[in-house]
Amino acid sequence: MSKAESTETTTTEDGAIQSVSGPVVSARDLDARMNDVVYVGDEGLMGEVIEIEGDITTIQVYEETSGVSPGEPVENTGEPLSVDLGPGMLDSIYDGVQRPLDVLEGKMGSPYLDRGVDAPGIDLEQQWEFEPTVEVGDEVGRGDIVGVVEETVTIDHKVMVPPDALEEGETTEVTAVESGSFDVTETVAELANGTGVSMHQEWPVREARPSQNKKTPRTPLVSGQRILDGLFPIAKGGTAAIPGPFGSGKTVTQHQLAKYADADIIIYVGCGERGNEMTEVIEDFPELEDPANGNPLMARTSLIANTSNMPVAARESCIYTGITIAEFYRDMGYDVALMADSTSRWAEAMREISSRLEEMPGEEGYPAYLAARLAQFYERAGYFENVNGTEGSVSAIGAVSPPGGDFSEPVTQNTLRIVKTFWALDADLAERRHFPSINWNESYSLYKEQLDPWFQENVEEDWPEKRQWAVDILDEETELQEIVQLVGKDALPDDQQLILEIARYLREAYLQQNAFHPVDTYCPPEKTYLMLTAIQTLHDEAFDALEAGVPVEEIVDTEAAPRINRIGVQEDYEEYIEELKADIAEELRSLY
Amino acid sequence: MKEYQTITEISGPLVYAEVDEAIGYDEIVEIETAQGETLRGQVLESSEGVVAIQVFEGTSGIDQNASVRFLGETMKMPVTEDLLGRVLDGSGRPIDDGPEIVPEERQDIVGAAINPYSREYPEEFIETGVSAIDGMNTLVRGQKLPIFSSSGQPHSQLAMQIARQASVPEEEEDGEESSEFAVIFGAMGITQEEANEFMDDFERTGALERSVVFMNLADDPAVERTVTPRMVLTTAEYLAFEKDYHVLVILTDMTNYCEALREIGAAREEVPGRRGYPGYMYTDLAQLYERAGRIQGREGSVTQIPILTMPGDDDTHPIPDLTGYITEGQIYVDPDLNSQGLQPPINVLPSLSRLMDDGIGEGLTREDHADVKDQMFAAYAEGEDLRDLVNIVGREALSELDNKYLDFADAFESEFVDQGFDQNRDIEETLSIGWDLLSMLPKDALNRIDEEFIEEYYREDDSERKVIEAAD
Repeated sequence: MSKAESTETTTTEDGAIQSVSGPVVSARDLDARMNDVVYVGDEGLMGEVIEIEGDITTIQVYEETSGVSPGEPVENTGEPLSVDLGPGMLDSIYDGVQRPLDVLEGKMGSPYLDRGVDAPGIDLEQQWEFEPTVEVGDEVGRGDIVGVVEETVTIDHKVMVPPDALEEGETTEVTAVESGSFDVTETVAELANGTGVSMHQEWPVREARPSQNKKTPRTPLVSGQRILDGLFPIAKGGTAAIPGPFGSGKTVTQHQLAKYADADIIIYVGCGERGNEMTEVIEDFPELEDPANGNPLMARTSLIANTSNMPVAARESCIYTGITIAEFYRDMGYDVALMADSTSRWAEAMREISSRLEEMPGEEGYPAYLAARLAQFYERAGYFENVNGTEGSVSAIGAVSPPGGDFSEPVTQNTLRIVKTFWALDADLAERRHFPSINWNESYSLYKEQLDPWFQENVEEDWPEKRQWAVDILDEETELQEIVQLVGKDALPDDQQLILEIARYLREAYLQQNAFHPVDTYCPPEKTYLMLTAIQTLHDEAFDALEAGVPVEEIVDTEAAPRINRIGVQEDYEEYIEELKADIAEELRSLY
Repeated sequence: MKEYQTITEISGPLVYAEVDEAIGYDEIVEIETAQGETLRGQVLESSEGVVAIQVFEGTSGIDQNASVRFLGETMKMPVTEDLLGRVLDGSGRPIDDGPEIVPEERQDIVGAAINPYSREYPEEFIETGVSAIDGMNTLVRGQKLPIFSSSGQPHSQLAMQIARQASVPEEEEDGEESSEFAVIFGAMGITQEEANEFMDDFERTGALERSVVFMNLADDPAVERTVTPRMVLTTAEYLAFEKDYHVLVILTDMTNYCEALREIGAAREEVPGRRGYPGYMYTDLAQLYERAGRIQGREGSVTQIPILTMPGDDDTHPIPDLTGYITEGQIYVDPDLNSQGLQPPINVLPSLSRLMDDGIGEGLTREDHADVKDQMFAAYAEGEDLRDLVNIVGREALSELDNKYLDFADAFESEFVDQGFDQNRDIEETLSIGWDLLSMLPKDALNRIDEEFIEEYYREDDSERKVIEAAD
């Protein structure tokens, strides 16, 4: 949504500012609809209508309002907050209302974000090489693909008939189609009903793009993180929440997913988080390789950065900006993963605006519509059959930052009622530098069963059994630890001491993963599986030895077993694991 | 400039006045009382015909006959390099009897957000000379790393030690370091005695000449506290990004700042968030903390060490909680360690530096730093856990290895953490102590360290120890 373009649309009657209080401005005599975008004051600050009462319209302003005074004009665009959709969104970085930050830097000539500067979300002048996929005379329906441009080395951008150009089920004939170099505003195909299809579409962010129907997701979003793939997988088109107190590793987990998840497109929304963290992403991602094809990671990524000190109203909208872009790529038939870090900041932005409006608060000062907004957001994720017949997915992974790490607070609770995967981060684990500090007792995934067939087919037939074995050992350890806290480890019977030892390897080798190690940072599902078999070998051989009368001290004190801890960093893991298993068996059998 | 004598309501720190012109949001206001005293304030809400003004010095002495002048501009900080060596009050006026300050520029104190695209990722190690920080929770240039403390703890001494010792190793070699480093100290609601301690230390060590001090004391108006940190940071940004200084900003005590926010919120009858603090406190704090950082193409940097005293030593209280979510880590000052006499009493386990991983390692500190840190965290945590158990079952019931972990945890505290507020250790020394300690454990327990480093640094027997004397 850019000011440059919207001047063409007829602006409705303008009003004047009546009062200013932080990001909330009220205007008199403005003829506007709910959620219309307006430009406020002499500097033309972008805002959105959020309340209408009599002839007073309340506006949330996406920029700092210092110095704005009553009487200044308010100009209505008559359009809801929309994003520009088209090639050029990948390898870009936006603020919460889709202004490209690199372009803003150039326009402002300063490292600081000044006010009243606007820029379209996609470059309107860049030329793209359009290759048609339809011919004159073909029948097309809404959302149908008419051609392709190469957006980045990784992604072919599909040019689609806008979904609002035709009614559902209606088709029309292609009357003209071009081929060659065009900018996004030029018409590349003409339809019999008069629609000119260009690469550029606009879509209001608060409205979900239409789809044919939603399906049950059956493919995992493979993340290369052992604890996620192995124990708590998320599906392509699934939803997940990562709640945790500060310092527990939410952002690192989100970054790992953004780097290694096997989605086609990544939309990373930094919502009210740290500036330096976004800078890290901006600096790192262009250098990192996409594990699927070796291309730069940015070629499949679009970043939305509305850091904590940027205007609060734009923080409220950044989640919607992100999911709308995600839906657009989904319509092309891609699997999109959206990371939102953090949804708590988004909820707080709602709270802040709600309290400035003096709305009646719900729990802990959050507005009463918090649960509804969260549900609406996560409901826009899913595995879809698109209106053009392709299939695509949007997976939504939201970090949650509960105050004081207390999961009983409203944002965490309302999120848990919706999402199907829960990765609970734990401050205790983080404190002992057990990373990723995902608590295996509290976390869950409701996708496990529906994803098992995929893992059985693509990794190994007994994937579910192996997982259950690991879960059982870890559960048993949790129970035993309570006793150990009271009487000490040596007071336990031998077999239980052995279980503790096996569980320790599960925790230290399998569940821990070093995100900063070049090899360990990404663990393919095959390696995840084989690592478990190595630990299981140790378990089986150790118990055989115990039965044969070998004292537990001797079983625990072997040379081979500690090598399990180094599987993670092995590049040629298959060979290493085979050898290790043989050595473990040999060494333990030599004891009896 | 028009004067009004139209005050309609006075409530807490707020004054409401009727006006007949358009007044900008955030504009600065002067109020002259009948006694001839001039008070300053800021427009908090501007509507047609009436404005709400927050008065920095407090509203006592104001009556309905007081006159109100709108200055037509938002709050500005006069900045110049000459501020170095000066002591100012909480509103930026000199209180040290020095010469008048001739500003080079007057900058808006509400800093615009730095474009994340223009930032440079901080990854240059700052050597504070404190092992618990340098070794375990490394500070880097452009980071914001708060000290979480509680009442009665020596957080001020720690802050002073960091201010005194902080240096950037590579630049020391050029011999230019001292000219480039500046400390800006922002006191908010601290007592005169605490302030004196800081000032004495500044003067004793000669640090004052490379410092700017802003003092809002406990008996100064609370509302003024809401502008003090903005004055501080505006000055810091100017020195860092226009004059190429590496600026270390110490803000103490953020708790007092937040109390002032709450006071204003209550006076405005806003809907409160948690524990009565305003719902926008996260955004407000972010607007301060996020002013730390580096900018591409600029030499300088702003590094922040805010100090906050956690009410009831509870880090789930909204002030430390919101702070922790914005800052890049935190350093915990621990009352238990303090009562054991550790100086500085830093508890490394809950402490964290988020920017550490990119600021250490080969070429920055030393290639084994990350592994050593990880292993020491794990071993100390293990030892800590065992201490609870020892209380129940006694040392004899534990295995040999467990006893070694216990010894490690004790030695870690006494040798590594407890270095005194006056000792300055370089990173080599810190890491050497680390290896001396880790060598108390058997080699195969060092599962987080690359074998190569174990080969190079592990002390096979006590005589190889570099720093710690072998125990008898």
